[in-house]
Amino acid sequence: MTTNKQQPRIVVEQQFFTFAEPPNQMLLESGARLGPVTIAYETYGQLNTNRDNVILITHAFSGDSHVSGYLPGDGEDAKPGWWDSLVGPGKGIDSNRYFVICSNILGSCMGSTGPASINPKTKKPFGLDFPMVTIGDMVDAQKALMDHLQISSLLTVVGGSVGGMQVLEWCVRYPEMVRSAVPLATTMRHSALAIAFNEVARQSIMADPNWNRGDYYGKEGPDLGLAIARMIGHVTYLSDEAMRQKFGRRLQDKRDFSFGFDADFQVESYLRYQGSKFVRRFDANSLLYITKAADYFDLVDKQTTRESLHDLAEDAIKFLVISYSSDWLYPTYHARELVQSLKRSGQDVSFCEIEANCGHDAFLIPDERLSNLISGFLEGVPND
Amino acid sequence: MTEALRFDLQIIASWIEPEARVLDLGCGNGVLLSWLKDHKNIHGTGIEQDKDKAANCIARGLTVLQGDLSREVQDYPDNSFDYVILSQTLQQVYEPATLLSMLARIGRRVIVSFPNFSHYSIRLQLLIRGQAPKNEQLPYSWYDTPNIRVITLEDFRKFSSEVGYKIIKEAAINTHHHDTQGHIVHWLTNLRATYGIFLIEKQVL
Repeated sequence: MTTNKQQPRIVVEQQFFTFAEPPNQMLLESGARLGPVTIAYETYGQLNTNRDNVILITHAFSGDSHVSGYLPGDGEDAKPGWWDSLVGPGKGIDSNRYFVICSNILGSCMGSTGPASINPKTKKPFGLDFPMVTIGDMVDAQKALMDHLQISSLLTVVGGSVGGMQVLEWCVRYPEMVRSAVPLATTMRHSALAIAFNEVARQSIMADPNWNRGDYYGKEGPDLGLAIARMIGHVTYLSDEAMRQKFGRRLQDKRDFSFGFDADFQVESYLRYQGSKFVRRFDANSLLYITKAADYFDLVDKQTTRESLHDLAEDAIKFLVISYSSDWLYPTYHARELVQSLKRSGQDVSFCEIEANCGHDAFLIPDERLSNLISGFLEGVPND
Repeated sequence: MTEALRFDLQIIASWIEPEARVLDLGCGNGVLLSWLKDHKNIHGTGIEQDKDKAANCIARGLTVLQGDLSREVQDYPDNSFDYVILSQTLQQVYEPATLLSMLARIGRRVIVSFPNFSHYSIRLQLLIRGQAPKNEQLPYSWYDTPNIRVITLEDFRKFSSEVGYKIIKEAAINTHHHDTQGHIVHWLTNLRATYGIFLIEKQVL
């Protein structure tokens, strides 16, 4: 991450919106009801008088609403938001021109309601009493936030990975609100490979005795299981090539093998570090819920969506689909299938595979090509 | 903002009506699409194999798909376009007959342009030097050329009728590769033109 020390820091505050107060709880796709629901969000830039310069950013599975800039309490060495390279004044998504909103997804643990939130019935954290939420439910919660902010037209919805699924879900649920969409490094539905990795991640949490069927709040949590889940995740976010370049077979702070089970190789050490870092910021139950929502997501079979992309033809949405050449979680053929189905339904769709060796994570890594693609694409989106 | 168009593209552009739905196959950096969008308010889509070029097009606000054109044209619904442009690309297509049949399905009219292989400079090189010809329009050697097909104006006339098209317009032009100026050749076209441009339409049987 590069930060320009010359420029003043952009400081953003997380805000909260609570809705679906009983008895008007939110009706979830599973048929369950949930409420009240709190959504954490951040905004950047100014809403114009026509209220039509809105860009909604949807984050990936472990992301949060802090997309760019710094939070009020951040110290000198704090890192900026997760898409700071793309979002901000004068950047690819220019907050001088656009009003940018990013909210934390339903089921997460970064300020929005999720399994770690207090269940109003029991006054204790939900744990596994939290209802199963879908990508569609996450989008419905975002829609409630848009209604609250009195926004009825989105210049674009943009996001990568699980964020890209939300982008697509927005297009089928609320096509009349969406003028353009940028799904990045994503898929219309998980492959068996993607489900398999998620299942191993979930099993590693559930096999941790501290998980205690999700009831661990206020006690020692399933840190080990969660760390292993994250290690698996990181393998899927990288690529063979990325790992070869980043680590190869290099040893970590040693010249010879330990002939034991310490972290000899740099790649082992890296994964252990990523695992333990993740435990400090993420809730294990949220991982279970969100990975399951991603696995259930299926735009093709309408299994969890009310409509499929084929029903879109009436609403002109401009699409920009982007994939990364070394992404093996959602390889380019997933993006091409999406493009194919958009073309068949007569949508205005652009597609580009970006050459990158850093795997699925590429969409999060600062890349001028992505900034240029998105800023140019946004120029071409017609006004309301 | 748009640069002056190459001479062959000027002719293609002049054949397209305002507001038309246009698909440009092998659109490169999007010069033609961009011009048509600015001057004729067309609804354009491009297909380009080269990733950097496709990205350039998208970054200038054009609708462009990065991919193989023979593959990409298959997904469009019938009659999606008024014009499909195949500019300087036919000589690189692996299965031209299959491609043109597909284009008849997705578009009303097709505009095809290609370097004329029966230009006298090419004939002379083969005749006198006995070597595979090279000129400004076809600058490659036999071993590195992307142009896997050699086409003459006469060949194309025959071919287009064989694959079910009738020729609506044709222009034989004499111009250098990147020139914005050139002239139309009116007599002995097959011998004197460096490029041929054809507007063809599927024959209603």
